Amino acid sequence: MTVLNNEKTISIYNNSSNPKAYPPGKHVLTGNQSAAIGAFLCGVQVIAAYPITPQSPVVEELSKFVEDGELSAEFVPVESEHSAMGVCIGASIAGARVFTATSANGLAYMCEQLHWASGSRLPIVMGCVNRAMAAPWSVLNDQQDSMSQRDAGWIQLFCRDNQEIIDTVIQAYRIAEKVYLPVMVCYDGYILSHTVMPLEVPDENKVKKFLPPYIPHTPIDINNPVNINPVTLGEPRYNANGVLCHGYMEHKYLHHKALRDSLNIIEEVDSEYKDTFGRSAGGLFSLYKTDDAEVVIVCAGSLSKMNILVVDMLREQNIPIGLVSLRSYRPFPNQKLSAALKNKKLILTIDKSLSYGYQGPICIDVKSCLFEAGISSIVISFIAGLGGRDIKPYEIAETAYDYWNKFLNNELNSENIYESQWINCKY
Amino acid sequence: MNTRDCGHIISGSSPAKGEAGKTGEWRTQRPVLNREKCLAVKANKDICYQCWAFCPECAIERKPGGPVDLTYCKGCGICAQICPADAIQMENEYDSSEQRKND
Ligand code: SF4
Ligand code: SF4
Repeated sequence: MTVLNNEKTISIYNNSSNPKAYPPGKHVLTGNQSAAIGAFLCGVQVIAAYPITPQSPVVEELSKFVEDGELSAEFVPVESEHSAMGVCIGASIAGARVFTATSANGLAYMCEQLHWASGSRLPIVMGCVNRAMAAPWSVLNDQQDSMSQRDAGWIQLFCRDNQEIIDTVIQAYRIAEKVYLPVMVCYDGYILSHTVMPLEVPDENKVKKFLPPYIPHTPIDINNPVNINPVTLGEPRYNANGVLCHGYMEHKYLHHKALRDSLNIIEEVDSEYKDTFGRSAGGLFSLYKTDDAEVVIVCAGSLSKMNILVVDMLREQNIPIGLVSLRSYRPFPNQKLSAALKNKKLILTIDKSLSYGYQGPICIDVKSCLFEAGISSIVISFIAGLGGRDIKPYEIAETAYDYWNKFLNNELNSENIYESQWINCKY
Repeated sequence: MNTRDCGHIISGSSPAKGEAGKTGEWRTQRPVLNREKCLAVKANKDICYQCWAFCPECAIERKPGGPVDLTYCKGCGICAQICPADAIQMENEYDSSEQRKND
C-alpha cells in the first residue's frame, strides 16, 4: 500500500510559526504550558481531551490556540477520557498527528483504549500529568497513575523539569512515528505542571525540520477497504488472497519487538535533538556523579532533579554517592542500566508509586536487570511522596546517609531488604 | 510523493470470500432457499439481493437463486433474517444430512 502526502498539507506544514505569545527563546512557563507549546510546535492536527486536575491547563492552552486561529487543528471536546482516546485513535488511523493529555483516574478510565492505541501501533502522544490514584480521593502528585499503565504497551518517558517536557513532547512524535507506538510523556503534577521555570521555546521551523510529516502505516483508502483489527485468532491463517496473516501472538511479538527496538531510537532521537537544539532531554537515563560512586540513587521524574542537590550535599560529607535518573521506563533499558550500575555496592531506588503487595515498580525492575546481569548489589526499595507528601532534600540525604552507614557496618537486616522503606510516613 | 510499505504491522482483513479462513467448518445450520418465494428467482432479474449484500462471508453468489458456497457459509442466519420475502430457512445440519451427501 502507498500513501500520498497531500501537497496542501505540506505547504501548511512548512509555512507555520511559533504561537504569538511564545516566540522562540527564553520564557518562564509552567509544565502544562510547556507541554501545550510542544504540541503546537509539532503541528498537531487533532486534539481530544477531557479536563482533569492537574492536566486541565494543557488542553485549555491548546483550545485557546485553536480558538484564536493560531493552530489549525480540530479540537474535539469529549465527555470522557475513554472517548478522548477513542477520538485520538480514529484520527491517528486517518493520518492526523494527534495529542491528548490526562491524569490519574482519567488515565485509568482510558485503560481499555490505551491497549487499542498501542495494539493498533498508532503514534499518539499523550501528556500524563502524574497524580495519585483514588481512593482516597487526591488531586496531588505521585506516579501511581502511569505506573499502573506500565503494561499497556506504550512508551513511557519521564521528565525532570519543564524544559524536558517541551523537548520530550517534540522527541515523542519523532520516536512514535518512527516505531509506530504511542508515547506517554509523564511529568509530575503541580511540582512541574503548575510551577513556573525558565525554559527555551524552540523555533517552529527548526522543529518542522526535525520532525518530518506523519505517514500512517496503513493509509485509509476507499478503493481498498480494510477492517482494521478484526478478530484475530491464535494461529496464523491465510486470507482470501492466499497470504499467510499473523495470528494474535505474532502481532503481540511485533508490538513487543517495536518497544524493545525503540530503546535505540529513543537514544538516537535524543542525540539528534541535542545536535539540533543544543540540549539533551536525558536519553534513556542520565547519570550524575556515578563514575566513582559506591552507592547510587535511582528514581524518575522531578525527584531526580532534586536528588542532584542531595548527591551534592552528601558528596560534601564524603559519601561516594551518585544518581541515575530514569527517563525511559518502558521500554526498560535493562542492559544499559545494569552496565551503569555495575560495581555499585548499594542501590537506593525511590518510587512515588507502589506495586501493592511487593515493592516500588522501579525497584522491582532494577533488581531484575541486575540479576540477569549477574550483579549482586544490595537494592533497597524506598517509597516516598505518595499523594503529594512533600519530599525534602534533607530527608532523602539523611535516609541515604543512614543506609550507607548501615551498609558499611553490616547492619542491614532482612526487614530492610525484603520490605519497602517508607520515607517520612508518619504511621 | 512519499511511499511506505505497511507490511503486516497491524491485523487487518478485507471484504472477500475466505478472508476469515474456511468458515464453513463453524456451521451448525445452513440456509435453504425456497425458490417459489425468492423475488429475484420469481422475476428472473437482478433485483433484491439483500441476502448477497448482507452475507458477512460473501458466500452467496450474485445471481437469481445464487447458490451458497458452503465452504464459507458459517450458518449465521443473517441472510434468512434480512430476506424481505422470507425465502430463506435455516435448517439444522443434522436434518439436512441427506442433502449433504449431494453437496
Ligand atoms: S433476499 Fe430473499 S428475496 Fe432477496 S434475493 Fe435473497 S433470497 Fe431472494
Ligand atoms: S448470511 Fe447466510 S449464506 Fe452468508 S454465512 Fe450467514 S448463513 Fe451463510
